Amino acid sequence: MTMLTAMKISSSAMTAQMVRMNTTASNLANMDVVGGSEEQAYKAKKPIFRTVMEKFSETDYQAGVRVTGVSQTERPNIRRYEPQNPLADDEGFVYQSNVNSIEEMVEMTNASRSYQTNVEVMNATKKMMMATLQLGKG
Amino acid sequence: MSILQNPFGIHAQAFQLREQRSTVLASNIANVDTPNYKARDLDFKGIMEAAQGGSMRTNHSQHFSVASSSADRESVKYRLPHGAALDGNTVEVGTENSLFTENSMRYQATSSFLNSKIKGVMTALRGE
Repeated sequence: MTMLTAMKISSSAMTAQMVRMNTTASNLANMDVVGGSEEQAYKAKKPIFRTVMEKFSETDYQAGVRVTGVSQTERPNIRRYEPQNPLADDEGFVYQSNVNSIEEMVEMTNASRSYQTNVEVMNATKKMMMATLQLGKG
Repeated sequence: MSILQNPFGIHAQAFQLREQRSTVLASNIANVDTPNYKARDLDFKGIMEAAQGGSMRTNHSQHFSVASSSADRESVKYRLPHGAALDGNTVEVGTENSLFTENSMRYQATSSFLNSKIKGVMTALRGE
């Protein structure tokens, strides 16, 4: 049943998009977190997507997707003068997270739309499977 | 008596092919955000032509038979994108979505063809 593989592929994409959504949520939640040094400060995270070849021949092709890791955005953290903050370094500076809220909103919309598309694909596949199962009955 | 010898004709093959193609298109849609992923598709027309004995037929003993190259035999091909994406991904959601919907509609059409064939055979067998 190739159809079941199609459902597996869609579900792999949904899982991947969910990880992306969680990452975005974490980034947005930690947007205002400050740190005492460049290393301690929060850095925006981004999942890395990879294609998983289930089957690749001259006549058949099945490829899912998997998150193989999470990368950190290497944008410099902004230094802010805040001597009253207990986290501030010796000079009185704290380091803001390097999350770009606009970027994250775009990621969020993209992830949610891709997720929806895969849900639709899964629904259509289910309908096709049901049609096959009902073959010759009515 | 071809209806009882081979009741489904070409539709059986088309049915399988539609199913396979839906998996290929689902793969494309699943990988819409994967960098460097290249969208692929089944060459439906090519496979069906091959299944019907090829597009070129010989009707004389001295005719040359046309051997197809390996590129022609390959039925999973790369899709040519309308525009290039920065991350090297060639999936265009609109195209893939419309093709997937079209494919699943044609699948259901084939399924109803098969259904009526089955009904025909049943009527013939019962002889009522």
